[in-house]
Parts: sequence; C-alpha cells; structure tokens
Amino acid sequence: MSGRGLVKRIDWFTVFLYGLLVFIGWINIYSTTLTDPDASIFNFSTSYGKQLFFIIASLAVIVLVLFVESNFFERFAPIFYVGCLVLLVGLFPFGKTIAGATSWYDLGFFNLQPSELAKVATALALAKYLSDIQTDIKNRKYQLYALLIILLPALLVLPQPDPGSALIYFSLFFVLFREGFPLYYLGILLVMIVLFATTLMFGTVWVSIALGILTVLVFVFKRKTAKIPLLPLVVTLITSVLFSLSVGFVFDNVFEQRHRDRFALWLSLEKDERKLEEIRKTIGYNTYQSEKAIESGGFFGKGFLEGTRTKGDFVPEQHTDYIFSSVGEEWGFMGTTTVIVIFSIFFLRLIYVAERQKSDFSRMYGYGVISILLFHYFINIGMVIGLLPTIGIPLPFFSYGGSGLMFFTLLLFVFLKLDSNRLRDGL
Amino acid sequence: MKKLLLSSVVVVIGFTFISRLTYLQLLSFSPDQTLDDPAIKAIYDYPERGYIYDRNGELLVGNQPAYDVMVIPREVKPLDTLEFCKLLGIEKEAFISKMKKAKTYSPRLPSVLVPQLSKEDYAGLQEKMRHFEGFYIQKRSLRYYATDSGANVLGYISEVNERDLQNNPYYVAGELKGRTGIEKQYEEVLRGRKGIQYIQKDRFNRDIGPYKGGKLDTLPKQGREIRITLDKKLQEYGERLMHGKRGGIVAIEPKSGEILAMISGPTYDPSLLVGRKRSRNYTKLHYDTISKPTWDRSILAEPSPGSPFKTLNALVALQEGVIDTSTKFRCYNGFYVGSTKRGCHCGGGVRDMNSGIFKSCNAYFAGTFRKIYNKYPTTDEGMDVWEGHMKSFGLGGYLGTDLPTGRPGRIPDKTYYDRAYGDNRWSSSFIISNSIGQGEVAATPLQLANMTAAIANRGYFYTPHIIKNISNENIDPRFTEPRYTTIDREHFDPEVEGMANVYKYGTARWLQIPEIEIAGKTGTVENFVRIDGERMQLTDHSVFVAFAPVENPKIALAVYIENGYYGARYAGHIASLLIEKYIKGEITRTDLEKRMLEKTLEHEYAKPYSGEPFKINEYVW
Repeated sequence: MSGRGLVKRIDWFTVFLYGLLVFIGWINIYSTTLTDPDASIFNFSTSYGKQLFFIIASLAVIVLVLFVESNFFERFAPIFYVGCLVLLVGLFPFGKTIAGATSWYDLGFFNLQPSELAKVATALALAKYLSDIQTDIKNRKYQLYALLIILLPALLVLPQPDPGSALIYFSLFFVLFREGFPLYYLGILLVMIVLFATTLMFGTVWVSIALGILTVLVFVFKRKTAKIPLLPLVVTLITSVLFSLSVGFVFDNVFEQRHRDRFALWLSLEKDERKLEEIRKTIGYNTYQSEKAIESGGFFGKGFLEGTRTKGDFVPEQHTDYIFSSVGEEWGFMGTTTVIVIFSIFFLRLIYVAERQKSDFSRMYGYGVISILLFHYFINIGMVIGLLPTIGIPLPFFSYGGSGLMFFTLLLFVFLKLDSNRLRDGL
Repeated sequence: MKKLLLSSVVVVIGFTFISRLTYLQLLSFSPDQTLDDPAIKAIYDYPERGYIYDRNGELLVGNQPAYDVMVIPREVKPLDTLEFCKLLGIEKEAFISKMKKAKTYSPRLPSVLVPQLSKEDYAGLQEKMRHFEGFYIQKRSLRYYATDSGANVLGYISEVNERDLQNNPYYVAGELKGRTGIEKQYEEVLRGRKGIQYIQKDRFNRDIGPYKGGKLDTLPKQGREIRITLDKKLQEYGERLMHGKRGGIVAIEPKSGEILAMISGPTYDPSLLVGRKRSRNYTKLHYDTISKPTWDRSILAEPSPGSPFKTLNALVALQEGVIDTSTKFRCYNGFYVGSTKRGCHCGGGVRDMNSGIFKSCNAYFAGTFRKIYNKYPTTDEGMDVWEGHMKSFGLGGYLGTDLPTGRPGRIPDKTYYDRAYGDNRWSSSFIISNSIGQGEVAATPLQLANMTAAIANRGYFYTPHIIKNISNENIDPRFTEPRYTTIDREHFDPEVEGMANVYKYGTARWLQIPEIEIAGKTGTVENFVRIDGERMQLTDHSVFVAFAPVENPKIALAVYIENGYYGARYAGHIASLLIEKYIKGEITRTDLEKRMLEKTLEHEYAKPYSGEPFKINEYVW
C-alpha cells in the first residue's frame, strides 16, 4: 500500500472538522487554565501545555492507525474485545482510584482508563458479530447475543463506579437499529423513560389514570378501522402500571440520595423552595455556575481570555467536563452555536461516510463510532447547559484529558482508515 | 427510515441545544452585570464628605475619624481573650458571639468586630494591636458637629436602606447617605463621588489582580464644602431661648431671602446621631411621639397664623380699593355675625387702619374682610380674588425652598368650602374667621416669616433658601429673582406704620428694644386637640411676626410657641431678643432674656395628659 494513495483516499473533510474541534477545544482549555500569561504554551507543568503534548501524541496515534492493515481491526476485533473485558475485570483487584472511581491502571507515566479502550473494542466486536454472515438480526437469539456484547462491558464499568461510561455503551443500540433491530424496542425504551419521568413528577395514580384513558381512547377510535388486539393492549396497560409502580420503589430504595437530588433538580420535583435552594447550592452547584457563565456571555461573549467567571475558576471542572461553559462565556452565543453547528456537520458527515461503505463491518463500526461520539456530545453539552442531570462524561476532542483525546482519536481514525479502504473491499 | 434515524437525531439535538442557548444567552442575558458578577469585586475609595459652614464662615459640620476593629477569622491565632476584651471595652460573651458571626459571614474576609472606637480607646489599643493576629484597625470618617444646635436643619446621615439601593444605583449596601435636612438636600454635592477599583476574584473570593487591567477603574471626586445662610450665633441663641418650649422660629434676611435661623423646639444635639450610640439615641428621639424632637416645627407645623394674618387682609382691602387708611369701623368689644357676637380684646371704640393693626382689633378686620367680598357680585368671585392675593405672599402652597421637606399650609378656596358646606351653601359670614387668621387658614412658621419679609420689602420677597454658596459658586438663580406680590408698593407704608406702632403703643409695647425700630404683629391663636376622642381647647398658641429695622430691614422673623398664650408673651419676647441679638450682637434687655431662658411651658404641655380637668389661658405666668 502506498502512502500517496492513502493521502488521496482519506476523508479530508472529516479530518479538517476533527482538527477544528481539537483546536477550538485547546484554545478554551488554554483560557480556562491560564494563570501566568507570560508562560510558554509548551510549558508542560500547565494543563494547556500537557494537552498540547497529547494533541501531538494523538498525531502519532493517527499515523500508527493509518499504517496498520485494515483487515487487522476486523480480524482481531474479538481478541480486542476479550482483552478489554479482562482489563476491566482486572480493575477490581489492581485498579487505581481517582476521585472515588476505580477506573484506571497506573502505568507510571500515564493513567490508562480501560473503559475507554473497551468502547473501541466493543464497537469493533459488535460490528464484527453483526457483519458475520451467519448473524440474523431478526432472530431473537442473535439479538440476545448482540445485546450481551454491549451489556457485558457496561456491567463491568458500572460498579467502578462510572455510570457515565456505562451509559455510553447503550448508545451502541443505534448500530442495532440501523442493522434492522426492530424499531419498536426503541419505542419501548422511550415509553419507559417517559413513564419513569412522569411517575416521578405526577405519581403512579395519575400516570395510571392517564394510561387508562389513553387505552380507552385507542380502543374507541381504532375500533372502526382495525380489529383491536384486546389482550396485548390490556397486557401493555398492566405492564406499564406495574412499571410505574416499580419506579417509586427503585427511586426510593435503589438510588442514592445524590441521585435522587439530581432528579429532583432536573424534573423540579422538590416543591419546598428552601430545600430546592439547598440542592441547587450543593448538587446543582456545577450546573448553576456553568449556566450562569454561559448566560453572562450574551451574544458576542466577553472575548478571549476575558471571561471573568472562567478566570475566577467559578465553574468546577471547567477544563474537563464543563469546557463548553468557557465557550459560552468568552465567545457568547456566536461561539456556542458555531461549535454546535460544527459538531452537527461533523456527525452528518460521518453518517454519510458510514453509509457509503461497501463492507458491512466498516459501516457498522462507523455507526458505533458515531453513536459513541454523539452520546458523549449530547450528554455533556446537555448537562453543561442545564438540560440533563449531572453525568460526568467528557466532550469529545474538547475536554482536557490526554487518554480521552487519544481514545477519541483512535476511535475516529480506525473508522477513517476503514473508509480509506472501502473501494478495495470488493477486491 | 433506518438510515435517516441517526441523522434526524443529530439535527434534533442541535436544534434543542441552540434553543436552550438562545434562552440562556439571548433571553436571560442582561448587559449590565459587572457588579452582579461574583468574579468581580468593586473596591471603593470614599472621598471625605464636604464641610458645612455658616453664613459667616464658621464651621458647623466637619468630619472626625473613627476606628473600626476588624477581624479576619482565619488568621486569628490563640489570644488572651480577657485582655483583648478589656482593651476593646466589651464583654467576653459579646466577643465570642461576634467572632462567631464574623466566621459565619466569611472566614477569609474581614468583618467589623467593634465599630467606631473613640480616639481615646483607639490610642490605648493601637500599641497593643500587634499582639493580636488576625485583627486590625480600619479608619473611617464620621460627621463631627461644631455646634449643638440646628439638628433638624443640618440633618443627619445614615446607612442606605433597601429602597435607596433600588432607587439609586450609585449606592452600595453599607454606604452612608444624607437622610434629612441639608445633608439630604445637598447629598450629591457633599458626598462627592467614590472611586471604584474592580478586582478579579476566584471562587474562594481571593483577589487575583485588577479586572481588565484596571481600565474601568475611576478616581474618587472630592465632596465639596458648602456655606449655608444660617447664622450660627443666632441659631444657637434661639435654641437656648426655646428651652422647655415647643414651637418653631424662622428668621429671614428680607433683601436676599436667606434663612438666618430655623429653630424647632424641642430639639436635640446633632452629635447624638453619630457614633456607637447612634441607633439607641435615634430610637429614643424617634419614639418620643409627644414632644416630637425630630419633627421640624419651623417648616412642618401648620397652625392657624392668627392675628399676623390681619395685616394681609388690610393690604388686600387697600389694593382692592374697598377701604382707605381712614375708613373706620366700630368695635363693640366684638362684632356680630348675623345675631351671634364674636369677641375682641382691643378695648372697643372706633378703629381706623392704624389702630386696628396695633390694637389688633377683630371687629375692624371682620369689617374689612366683608368689604372685600361685598365688592364682587358673588362670594365665589370674591374668594378667587382674595385667594390670589394671599397666595402671592407664598401662602397656601409650597414655597419652593431648598429644604428637603415642608408643608404647603392652607389658603382655603371656593372648592374647599364647596366640599365642606356644599355648592352655594356658604357665604362670607361662614369664612369670617379667616379675617383674623383663625378658621381655615394655616401657615408654617417659614411661610409667616416669608410673608413678613414681603411686607418688610414692601411688596416682594425672594424664595427662602438655606444655601449660601457651594465652593464659592453662585447658587440657583431662582433664589435671586424677586417674586412680587399682587399688592402695590404704596399700600405698604400705612401697613408698616401700623406694625411699627404695635411696638410703640400696641400689644408689644413692653418689648421695645432701645435704638432699634421694630415693626411687628402679635397673634394669639385658639387651638383644639382631640385626646381620647374628646375635643378640648388648650391654651392659645403665642405667635409673633416682626422685622427690623423698619427702614432697610435686616431681619424678618416669625415665632410660634405652642400654648404660649398671648402673642406678646413667649413669642414676642423671643422675637425681640432674637432681633436684638442679630442686629446688635448683644442683649441690653436682660430682663426679657432672663425670663425667656428660665421659663418653660412644660406645665402647659403636661395638662392634657394629666387626665384631670385643667384651666387654660391662665393669666399669671
């Protein structure tokens, strides 16, 4: 394989968007963590200096990935997957605890987070399994295996505890849906989420009444056009009510107080003004500060390095999970929408690239990449702008963190490598 | 469908985010937020508040240093609490609770531990302060009063409240603001403008350097000194004379409208409202609802003016041409309204204008008043004309002074009576009491003094004012433009002659001052109060207006003493003494002075509250 050919075949548009996001991200990390304006940007004792180093290290990852044979990823996907599972299990005895989560291996110079590697491996493994000629997604048995591939690492990550990362694995359902996994599963999932939230907000009694009325309405209006499957309807109703009943139990007994508080804040469950204020100051503190910082940016923002709340370090974890609030404060509405538009174009481009794959494996892996990145982006920004409860996951390409950046780069460029090879797959 | 699923998810997420950001950054955004931003702290540099001098350049109000003991709880090292408390002059329990409060407020930021130490306490503490880590002394400036008088005119300053903060964005909680009197009226002049320095803070509230490199910072602008029109000596002397008496005195220089003295009794020492005991003293003064020391009677009390008002009725009658100086009325020791007789103390007989004034004959002025109204076909028209003349003397409306408070008094008009009696259900006999300054007319001592100044000037006055100059700049031109009354100049000469005769032959002949020719008019005002729902008459108010010298007047004043009985008693005495003091600088009638300094009216004021029947208008005094 010649290097010249590779340069021609790689999707430069995606690479350009990737570079743009990393660049904007670094600018904001610089602004957030700058303390001494005279220090060099290559000063590795500073966060922005370290991040710059990791950006360069990511280039090495890119070069490495591009020079590996495409087949390598497909062929070794199951081995990667099993290896990662072993690494995840190994965390229980050997893991290093940072900020309460036992999610890292201490490699001396570098803290490795295997759950990140596992995301790549799971995406590869899922693609490999689904693209197998024998796998029939319409078949319940295969569906179950596919689900297992996704859920196994998630279950290992959950007790670290790292619920944020565990949640990310669920994004791989998009791959299943794309490949013909029945869409009504998605419907069931949505219904469950809606039931969960509404039960918390209005209580089981009201939800049951509403469900009852809905059922009667369906029965009355549909009777004329189609024969009603009465039994399934009743079963659905009863299941829903039971689910709604269980929500209260789970919320009160399985969730911890901090989780309850997050929901209380998010869904405005707490009616007592004083308690709500209390929650806002403790659990909601980060969100409150980040919302305020974004709000204070206005349309034009305060300007690069002029964000007072950013400088004053008011938003906790601003250079990692809350990096987007710095964009909001210093670059204003123009900056935030620009970033959102770039991300959206980036995702749409990736979807387009995935759809043009001739190889099923490449397409499915592509979908895995998109789903993982999209989920990060959705949950992170949703949390920073106060739409979603606090879940600690980074913004891809933006947030400070070397292993994060290198993992996202790896995830993306494996796909770009597969894409660069798409015309040869037929050969 | 399957292929579009993820793309539509991307688009939906994008739109959701952008609409949320629109809400946050475009709809919730408020452009002026520098001061609300928790990351920016404003540090203020307060200029010294301007001094206040009297008309002769004598200091009335200055500044004095006070010392606050401050504490930064985090930096406090173990200390000898007992010794420290002794030095500060506070109890140990108080010290502990104050320390707790400071810690709750912020362990990192300074709080006031003991406010406003005196210079003496400070001197003792200063040497030992270095033994107590975490504590330091912060100097601040308090008002200093070089006089014990003029409390209500000078006013006081106090911390801004919630409402001030809402109404005026200049102020920040904890700042001082002129609350009454001159301090309020000339607040912006005296205060100057504070300098602001913006500091960038981190979330632990630590300073991390100037905000935007100090580009927005401003320097303080000094407060300016002002000179006011009061005469310190006259003001202080007047307050001494008011000892034990309630009432108001206003003295005006007729040729400029400058207020020479504004005295309200009882009053208080302005320095009571400065320093550590301020709030205790203020509460005491504020809740004294019987003698009301903070209620400035010189500009807020609105009694009926009584007989001094007769002089205006005479002028109006002359101007309207319904009498001349020789027109005579007979006094039957009173006069008749229909078939009821109203009394008079002048001694009876035939009165012309001159003796009508100096004898203060009620019958004469009732007759004059009727003539004014009879000139016009209807009482309504007569009323309009009469009202117009009266208001041209600055009565029945706000004068437009530069005092932050005041009252309009009352000159009743036809709508007033229409409301009281019904349209066309009243006539001049209903309002005849106004002829002698009783009934519905009401005027503040300031308005009476101003009216007297207009007579002294023979037909015009300047809007009374308290400001002489601000850092030697000219004052508002509205205070230097004469306001003419509707009475022609020629009518004033017989009027002034009558008033001069009040001193020569009339009701105030005992109060003459050697070498000074004074024109004046006594007033004895019936008054009523309602106590426990029962209306009762109290001893008459003693009222006196005067100006002197008769030719080229230098001072015009009005004295109103509550329940002082005859006009010539308390008010007359005080008026004469003040005139002598102002013109001569010393008192020759020491008999008058002794009487006024010694006599009080406390026994009169106690009467209605004694719960027992009492006599009013007792002859002996």
